Amino acid sequence: MATSDVKLLGAWPSPFALRVHIALNIKSVDYECIEENLRAKSQLLLQSNPVHKKVPVLIHHDKPICESLAIVQYIDEAWSSAPSILPSDPYDRAVARFWAAYIDDKWFPWLNGVANAQGAEAKKAALDQVREGLVVLEEAFGKCSEGKDFFSGDRIGYVDIALGCFLGWVYVAEKRNDVKLLLEDKMPGLAAWANKFCEDGAVKDVMPDKDELLEFANMVLDARAKLNASSNN
Amino acid sequence: MADEIILLDFWPSMFGMRVRLALAEKGLKYEYKEEDLRNKSPLLLEMNPVHKKIPVLIHNGKPICESLIIVQYIDEVWHDKSPLLPSDPYQRAQARFWADYVDKKLYELGRKIWSTKGEEQETAKKEFIECLKLLEGELGDKPYFGGEKIGFVDVALVTFSCWFHAYESFGNFSIEAECPKLIAWTKRCMEKESVSSSLEDPHKVHGFVMGMKKKLGIE
Repeated sequence: MATSDVKLLGAWPSPFALRVHIALNIKSVDYECIEENLRAKSQLLLQSNPVHKKVPVLIHHDKPICESLAIVQYIDEAWSSAPSILPSDPYDRAVARFWAAYIDDKWFPWLNGVANAQGAEAKKAALDQVREGLVVLEEAFGKCSEGKDFFSGDRIGYVDIALGCFLGWVYVAEKRNDVKLLLEDKMPGLAAWANKFCEDGAVKDVMPDKDELLEFANMVLDARAKLNASSNN
Repeated sequence: MADEIILLDFWPSMFGMRVRLALAEKGLKYEYKEEDLRNKSPLLLEMNPVHKKIPVLIHNGKPICESLIIVQYIDEVWHDKSPLLPSDPYQRAQARFWADYVDKKLYELGRKIWSTKGEEQETAKKEFIECLKLLEGELGDKPYFGGEKIGFVDVALVTFSCWFHAYESFGNFSIEAECPKLIAWTKRCMEKESVSSSLEDPHKVHGFVMGMKKKLGIE
C-alpha cells in the first residue's frame, strides 16, 4: 500500500496526535506524517477538520477522520488483524472507553488547569487535583491490568495510549512547578507502568523528547503569562 | 438464563433517555430505578463511584457508566437486532465524531440558555443554533443520521428535543424557525414507538426546568 494512502496531520507537541502515531505503530501501518504549524493551519487541515480545525486528523484513502479516540478506534477496526487495541469483550471495551473518557473529560482538564492557575494557592490546588486523579487511575490500573504490565494486559492498548500520551506533559508540569505528580509511593503501579510505556516499541520512537517538550512549553507558557500580565496592567 | 438489566436514571435526563431509547430499539426488558439526585442511593454510589451520576446500566450485576458508552455496549451485546452503529469503520468513526460533538456542545449551551440572562444568554442561543445548523448539514437529505434507520447519532441527539420547548420558552426564541429540517427530523423520530416511549413530555420538562430556576433563584 502506498504510504500516501495514510496521512496523519499532527503537531509534535500534541499528546492527542501522539495517540494516533502509537496506534498506527501498533498496527505496523506505513504513514505519511504532516507536521502542522498550529498558528498557521494548512488548507488541508482546515478542509479536513472544518468543525474543530484541530490536529490530529487521519486521512485514509483521502477520507478524514477526526478526534483522537475516534481515530484510534478507527485504526483498530480498519486494520483489524492483531494486535488489538481495544479488548474483544463488550464489557471490557465499555470499561476501557470509560477510563479513556475519564482521562479526556476530567483528568486532562485538571492537568491543563495547572498551567492556567494564577497564584501559588491556585497552583497547589490544581496540582493536588491532578494527583487525586492519578490516585483514581492507579486504582483503575490495578483492576484493569490484573497484575500485568499495562492497562490492557501484556501489550499496550486503548487506555495505555489514552493516558500515556500525556506523560511528557506530566514531566513538564513537574519541572515547571518543582513538584512530583507521579508519586512512586502513592502510585506504584502507574510509576512502573509509565517507564514500561515509554520503552514500548510502538511508543519510544514517536514520543517527543521530554526536555524539548519542556523547552517548548516554557516558550509558550511564559509568552502567555507575559500577555496576561500586560493585559492586566 | 435471562439477562438481568437495571437502569439507574433520572426522568428528565436526556442522557438517561439515550439508554432508554437504545434498550427500546433492541426490545429489551429492564428494571427502571428512579434516582433522587439530592439523595443518591447506595446502589448508585456503589455502581458509579467515580462520577456518582446517572445513567448507569447494571447488566447481570456489572455496571456500565456514561450514556454513549452504555449505548455502544448495548449495541455490541445485542448486535443482532436494530444495529445502531454502522458496520463500516469509516462510517462508525463519523458517527462517533458527531455523537461526541453533541456531547461537547449541546448540554452546556442548553443549560446556559435556561439559566442565564442578557449577553451570556444571547451568546449561548446563537452558538446553540449554529451547532444545530451544523448538525442539519450533516443530516442532509437522509431521513435519519443513521441513513434509512435511526443510528448512534440519532440516539445521541434526539433526546435533547424534548428539552427544546424549555430552551425556546426560557430563551425566548424559536428553534424551528432557524432549523426547520432538524425539527422535521425530530418529528420523524417521534413517529417511532421506541423514541416516543423513551422521551419525556416537553411540558413536563419545562415544569422541571421552572422548578430548577426557582430553586437556584434564577428569574
